[in-house]
Amino acid sequence: MSRKLNETDSGVLFLSGNEAVARGAWESGVHFAAAYPGTPSTEILEAIGEEYPEIDAQWAPNEKVGMETIAGASFGGARVLTAMKHVGLNVAADPLFTLSYIGSTGGIVIVSADDPGMHSSQNEQDNRLMARASKVAMLEPSDSQEAKDMVGEALRISEEFDTPVMLRLTTRISHSKSLVQAGPRTEVEVKGYQPDIAKRVPIPANARKMHSRVEKRLLALEKYGAESPLNRIEEGDRSLGIITSGISYQYVKETFPEASLLKLGMTNPLPWKLIEKFVGMVDRVMVCEENEPYLEERIRARLLVDVTGKDRVPIEGELSPELVRGALDPDADTSLAYGELELPARPPALCPGCPHRGAFYCLSKLKGSSTGDIGCYTLGLMPPHSALETTVCMGAAIGVLSGIEKATGREEMKRLVAAIGESTFVHSGITGLIDMVYNGNTGTVMIMDNSVTAMTGGQENPTTGKSLRGEPAPRLDLKELCRACGVKNVRVVDPHDLEEMEKVLREERAREELSVIITRRPCIMTYRPKRRAVAELDPDTCVSCRMCMNLGCPAISWDGEEGHPRINSMLCWPNCNLCVQVCPTGALSKDMGES
Amino acid sequence: MAARVTNVLICGTGGQGILTASEVLSSAAQAAGFDVKKSEVHGMAQRGGSVTSHVRYGEKVYSPLIERGTADVILAMEKLEALRWMHFLGPEGRMLVCDLEINPLTVNIGRAEYPDTDSMLEDCGAPYSLIPAFDVAEELGNMKVVNTVMLGALASRLELPAEAWSAAVEERLPEKALEVNRKAFEEGRRLAG
Repeated sequence: MSRKLNETDSGVLFLSGNEAVARGAWESGVHFAAAYPGTPSTEILEAIGEEYPEIDAQWAPNEKVGMETIAGASFGGARVLTAMKHVGLNVAADPLFTLSYIGSTGGIVIVSADDPGMHSSQNEQDNRLMARASKVAMLEPSDSQEAKDMVGEALRISEEFDTPVMLRLTTRISHSKSLVQAGPRTEVEVKGYQPDIAKRVPIPANARKMHSRVEKRLLALEKYGAESPLNRIEEGDRSLGIITSGISYQYVKETFPEASLLKLGMTNPLPWKLIEKFVGMVDRVMVCEENEPYLEERIRARLLVDVTGKDRVPIEGELSPELVRGALDPDADTSLAYGELELPARPPALCPGCPHRGAFYCLSKLKGSSTGDIGCYTLGLMPPHSALETTVCMGAAIGVLSGIEKATGREEMKRLVAAIGESTFVHSGITGLIDMVYNGNTGTVMIMDNSVTAMTGGQENPTTGKSLRGEPAPRLDLKELCRACGVKNVRVVDPHDLEEMEKVLREERAREELSVIITRRPCIMTYRPKRRAVAELDPDTCVSCRMCMNLGCPAISWDGEEGHPRINSMLCWPNCNLCVQVCPTGALSKDMGES
Repeated sequence: MAARVTNVLICGTGGQGILTASEVLSSAAQAAGFDVKKSEVHGMAQRGGSVTSHVRYGEKVYSPLIERGTADVILAMEKLEALRWMHFLGPEGRMLVCDLEINPLTVNIGRAEYPDTDSMLEDCGAPYSLIPAFDVAEELGNMKVVNTVMLGALASRLELPAEAWSAAVEERLPEKALEVNRKAFEEGRRLAG
């Protein structure tokens, strides 16, 4: 990812929106940053960790703790930043809504990276609504330059108006790169901690005063927004006026360069004076925004004007130049030179050598399945394993399993396990496990410990023994933790030891007591094997039973003409011999070396 | 109308180095003095799935995404992926396709068949060149330069100065393999030119 970012104080850098936020934090003197990884936000803290040692940066066990630590650091007078994906803000909503009342001491930037189109998410929630509900100021950049600049602006607003500021990104801002003018870091002094009970203890008597302050703050921010260059009118043809923000602005500029535009960079509170002026300037008003009709509904309600918006611009999915062109001009010629073809899909798959493959293979073989969670292992739902039946949110595998037992009794517990990664378990699975102990559940929780937060690209977490910057850190002992929660039966198994994996799954699901299985084997992203080794096939011994195909390994394909498997030597993972283990005739072999 | 923007869609499968290839192109465009944007998605979508990277450069670029039907070049690291994204190609565009087939998981486990991509490419009507990048890499004795061969082929279709390309290749590719990457680049340029 990012490199050489910190070597220039004045050059032009080619940065993703996320890297630009990191750069902006550094340039504006941020002292402390904490986050839990989540696509599309992860690279913000990664870039800070890799490039900007002046910022104290850390992975938090979840977004709520991240939000709380930056709140505390702000109380201590530091400039702070936290970042999360849209659904992460749900986890951190509790501190957010009250931190809004408390306000800031050191400037507070809360980055919410939403995922329109759900490239890597389970829902499409629009966190502009969260900024409004929590009554914090919100800025929305349209490219990397703005993403960088708005971090500094957000900190100034935060300190001047005593508010947390949400910097709302979307996937196409976070993961698009564009040119950014870099600047030097401006050091800002940490103000230090001064107790201030009336400001920071929202007992009802204080909280009522705080709320009153929040309402006044919103009015002051509205006035500020109407005069700030964050919001601007770009005059063009007055027959059509388009109100837009974020990435949608770029699509509008691309497809309707001649229209008059109101570009909003500050979208909570809205700059009503400016909006009224713009609406009065043009013959017809359209609102172009991704997902919810956030601007449209408020403009209709407040100004009582008819605007075109979600009757043309899709509410579902992310926008694109062609969608915006078609929506804003139904007569536009959007015919294509070459049409779309019906082709076999290429869905994501567990990597060759993935530790989860052994666990799901065994679960599937035993006709079992799982309540699932958020991580690479959600792919356990894919054929040939087809061994995952539910996913709700981070940590839900455990609560859902528990609830299924409450509804249906022990029977389903003989079939299902809760499948949850170690990072997700630490994030929000532990309380679910305590609930199972406390309320007398008997199911089996399978903690899939690959010693890394894998799906977001391989980040450290409290179980890996390393900090965000790769320095040694205390390692959370999952086995002892489960025991301390009151689970009597805790077993650790290598999921690539298929015989043992199968045995443990069989025994623990049959046990009429709560149990935890920790499947422990490192993610292939965390190490580089020293030698090359490829599974080899003896075609004369192969009986075409296709048992190896049940692994769903990307390195194995079926040669229909020859009637035996073909191993892709480029993909075959040296430290994995699952196919050798499942081959009943010994036709597959592999040199596994010493270990 | 806004000044002409060049649109390059790079596609392939997770793990093929799509993002590095689009970094090199973006660096070359930046070195040539253009405004540049590039866009892709990370996370779940990368686990062996279909991957695209949009690169756009010109005097001023707004959208980081290429509008469908306007790509000047589609650089496909795999044949099925070339067909999957063909609808992005503009009427004057051309596809540069690596002569490689990678089975999707659905094909591997027998739930789908890998289509006859050769005849589909022939029948689709879109201009394309099949680049034997693996053969070239094998001849050069380094299988890691496949994408550099493809970038060389891409260079032959774009009007970016040679110095911009060499600066980009030097900046973005490993230093110790610079010589073999230069050769791979030149061979790719020759094959598609």
